[in-house]
Amino acid sequence: MSETVIKCESVYKIFGENAKKMLEESNGNVDAKTFQEKGCIVGVNNASFEVAKGEMLVVMGLSGSGKSTLLRCISRLTDATGGKIFIEGQDLLQLNNKELIELRRNKMGMVFQSFALLPHKTVVENIAFPLQIKGIKTEDSISRAMEMVKLVGLDGRENYFPRELSGGQQQRVGIARSLAVEPDIWFLDEPFSALDPLIRKEMQDEFLRLQEKLQKTIMFITHDFDEALKLADRIAIMKDGIIEQLDTPANIVLNPATEYVRKFTEEVPREKVLVIEDVMDSSNKDNLGDIKVSKDDIIENVAEKILTQEKIVGVVDSNNNIIGSIKPSTIIDTVFGGRKNNS
Amino acid sequence: MEYLKKYPKLFQWLFLLIVFFALCFAIDVPETYKFIRGQAEFVKDPNQSVYFFLGKEVRYYAFDVFWRLPPLLGWLPIWINDSLFFLMNEWMPMEFWNEDTQEFKTRPLLLQISRNLTAFMTFLIELIREILLGGLETIVAFTSWDFIDAYPWLELPGLPWTIVAAGATILAYKLSGKGLALFAGLTMVYISIFGQWKPSMQTLSFILVAVPLSFVFGISLGIAAYKSKRVENALYPILLVMQTMPQYAVLVPALVLFGVGDHAAVIITMVVAVPPMILLTILGLRAVPPEVIEAGRMSGCTNWQLMTKVLIPTARRDILIGVNQVIMVCFSMAVISAFIGAKGLGFNLLLALNQLNIGLALEAGLCISLIAILLDKMSLAWANQQQDYFGNLTFYQRNKNIIFFGGSIVVGIILAYIGTFVFKDTFNYLFEVPHNKGISTADFWNKGVDWIFDTFFVYIKAFNTWLIVDVLQPMRALYLRMPAVATLVLAVGAGYLIGGIRSALVVAALTLFIALSPWWDRALVTLYMATFGVVVSCLIGFTVGTLCFQNKKSAAFMLGVCDIFQTFPSFVYLIPVMMLFGITDTSVLIAVIVYATIPATRYTIEGLRSVPVGLHEAATMSGVNKFQRLTKIEFPLAFPHMMLGINQTIVFALFMVIIGAFIGTEDLGQYILKALSDKNGAGIGLTLGICVAFIGLIFDNLIRTWVEKRKKHLGIA
Repeated sequence: MSETVIKCESVYKIFGENAKKMLEESNGNVDAKTFQEKGCIVGVNNASFEVAKGEMLVVMGLSGSGKSTLLRCISRLTDATGGKIFIEGQDLLQLNNKELIELRRNKMGMVFQSFALLPHKTVVENIAFPLQIKGIKTEDSISRAMEMVKLVGLDGRENYFPRELSGGQQQRVGIARSLAVEPDIWFLDEPFSALDPLIRKEMQDEFLRLQEKLQKTIMFITHDFDEALKLADRIAIMKDGIIEQLDTPANIVLNPATEYVRKFTEEVPREKVLVIEDVMDSSNKDNLGDIKVSKDDIIENVAEKILTQEKIVGVVDSNNNIIGSIKPSTIIDTVFGGRKNNS
Repeated sequence: MEYLKKYPKLFQWLFLLIVFFALCFAIDVPETYKFIRGQAEFVKDPNQSVYFFLGKEVRYYAFDVFWRLPPLLGWLPIWINDSLFFLMNEWMPMEFWNEDTQEFKTRPLLLQISRNLTAFMTFLIELIREILLGGLETIVAFTSWDFIDAYPWLELPGLPWTIVAAGATILAYKLSGKGLALFAGLTMVYISIFGQWKPSMQTLSFILVAVPLSFVFGISLGIAAYKSKRVENALYPILLVMQTMPQYAVLVPALVLFGVGDHAAVIITMVVAVPPMILLTILGLRAVPPEVIEAGRMSGCTNWQLMTKVLIPTARRDILIGVNQVIMVCFSMAVISAFIGAKGLGFNLLLALNQLNIGLALEAGLCISLIAILLDKMSLAWANQQQDYFGNLTFYQRNKNIIFFGGSIVVGIILAYIGTFVFKDTFNYLFEVPHNKGISTADFWNKGVDWIFDTFFVYIKAFNTWLIVDVLQPMRALYLRMPAVATLVLAVGAGYLIGGIRSALVVAALTLFIALSPWWDRALVTLYMATFGVVVSCLIGFTVGTLCFQNKKSAAFMLGVCDIFQTFPSFVYLIPVMMLFGITDTSVLIAVIVYATIPATRYTIEGLRSVPVGLHEAATMSGVNKFQRLTKIEFPLAFPHMMLGINQTIVFALFMVIIGAFIGTEDLGQYILKALSDKNGAGIGLTLGICVAFIGLIFDNLIRTWVEKRKKHLGIA
């Protein structure tokens, strides 16, 4: 595995007076209910995970599940009550104010649900804002901002004010602003939640296009499970501050760890999430037909091809070596069977 | 009984009113009671009772405590006076170096601070004044009188009016464009050719010091309060009282602390202008969405950058309203502070009013209003400025405004120089049109006033007599007939019914303060005038507001008119009414009504506007007609906001009633005015001011509490 960029070790965030003291007394065994009785609200409860370079971790949870709080701990917009957070090996909680500002100016970018644009600045001024904060000359920052305007497809609107733009366009500005300083780590806090479904889909595709090009390390917050499945390398599902499960989309759909996670996966069209490798039979490599599919193909895309075959279809890896096989009946099972068992 | 259950509040209110009137009838007026007499006059009379408190002797006429409470707070003004005197003259004597005499001198700390502040303010005002008008104080401040005697050519010559006018026009053009430039140019030319140049520039120099200082102090304190809860808690009660404190009342303490002159005026103007700035800064900063702050933090802002580049610009709307308020208050104070020796238009205005020269007063009033509007619009345009990054401008294009200004300086000087030849025997009109040597329309206006008087005298007089005899006098008598206890019961009862125990206690404390002060009767007269003004203002305001709201254009137009009227210094309102009604209560009341109608109208329109569009559509689809929509939907929903308008109306009305004392009324204002010329006036003025402020605060508390409850009830909080 490649190098770790973000690393959390039992991070806690508890709101309320005496939170720190209570956490120490609880010996890491935090129960939300007993804390609430004493006037404290648990935001994040014992979160430990790592995010590798270039990986996209999507944190999914309903409102109040602590996902935004977790993100704010990692960006240190709020100080975690307990635990350790490392950004590229640096202990985040030990940084002083100056170092923190340096880190944010050069390494981090963040996109917000409500766009959080500065109302008194135009599109290009908003995008140039983090650069100007860094002390880059006006001319340079504006020309760099213009590149970003083009990147997110807003050319011609650079002199508009945020209030003159639609929601989708505003969020494009938000995205451009967060990318202006070329950060390594990209935080996105429900960036598409305030948008219409059609625009949301368009923005998701655009986002994937950007990510393919930029290969940032990403933490993406959403309450939309479909969005998580579509975008994520790995998904963390949160409930009441606790990470219920952290795994690849396929594993979450196939092996939900808890009842709560299973409820989410129930309605998921599995053929859209799973790839051939997840359901193939790796022991049987004989009696194969002419047609072969790649192990990384999403089932939905190759289902028709497999179902029209009489024979068993071979599965190959990227080097074209046969590593297993798949029967048409397996496809039918995956699409219709799984759900029957659960309901 | 069913009704009782259905409308419990209604019956509680009825019960309260019955108790109130029962008390009014039950408590007789004592036979020896003389209305309106201060109960703690400082003359000795064998009939007076005496008590001692904190070593102060308080004399008063004792009456039945149910009728009028004894002035148990009568010692307060004396005590304030003595304390001030002690602080200024005896407290913390220290050694200070004296530049003039070159030796150490022992002086009380506060006196020294006051002297230093005075010197600083005087220097600032003189600096700007001398740039505009010429003089040598500034040079002297850096050197000495001997130096200026040796080099007399160092005296600042002052700018010819042509240059200032050109500068104002170019600045207005740069900030906003042709419209404002035209307005600026015309204003300056008007001021000059009507011979108001010198007083106008004096006022302007006062404003140019007071406004920026008030702004800086206000915004800094606002930020401090935003950042620290403790600072806010400490500031809040002071802000609250200052909001409703009549501007007159603070003049007297300033007189004691800083003496007479422009510097005292600037300091006292700041005291009045800073509180609204603080409040609006806090309000604006609070309203900045948390995500915007986070976005700033994630962009790597330091605390300072976060404040200056994210928070303040985002809160700009409210802060701008604050600036507008500051400008408004400063111009208002520019007139009022003429009482403590500020030079300029305000002084001329007061003088003209005193001589009943309405024409002159009108000209000065117009000048000050024009400058006020101009500065207001300029500050607004300045805050809304935009930068163009992409226009590849040449040197000329980028600097054309400066070049033009430079050109106008040269032209102005040449013109002024030519002027010395053209107007050899008279004044150099191309340099400065001397006061009263310009064109004056005063005679015209005075004749007009005379003509109106001659022609309509009968009608005006008839109206005046009717109003005073049939409306005002009976109303006044009724108010004065209220026994102290009955009034207390009414106020506390209303507080309890509206806001529960908490409100009742607050209202009780405020009312008691007034009742225990020596000026209960005067407070009642103030209240009667304010009530009359508020009722009429609200009727007019609600009607006009509702009518204008029917059409988008007329609504916008009306709000614009309100903006402009609000910019007029409050004293200006006295001019036209005095033209028509002379020196009577009617004049004051009409000024009160005109002035207080502004917020009533504004809040009505804004309240009606704030009704959600969805509701309009829902109503239309339910088939209501325009009138039904207004009464069933818009009014109920807009009413909380309109009540805030009434709140503002009360404050405005109280201010104007107090200012009306200048014309001669028998309320608290008269005593405040008297206190100005009394060497023991500081304590009296301040206590009176607090009384007026408390009257305002009683209503403020009741109305706000009610509005909050109502809004919550309607779900529009």
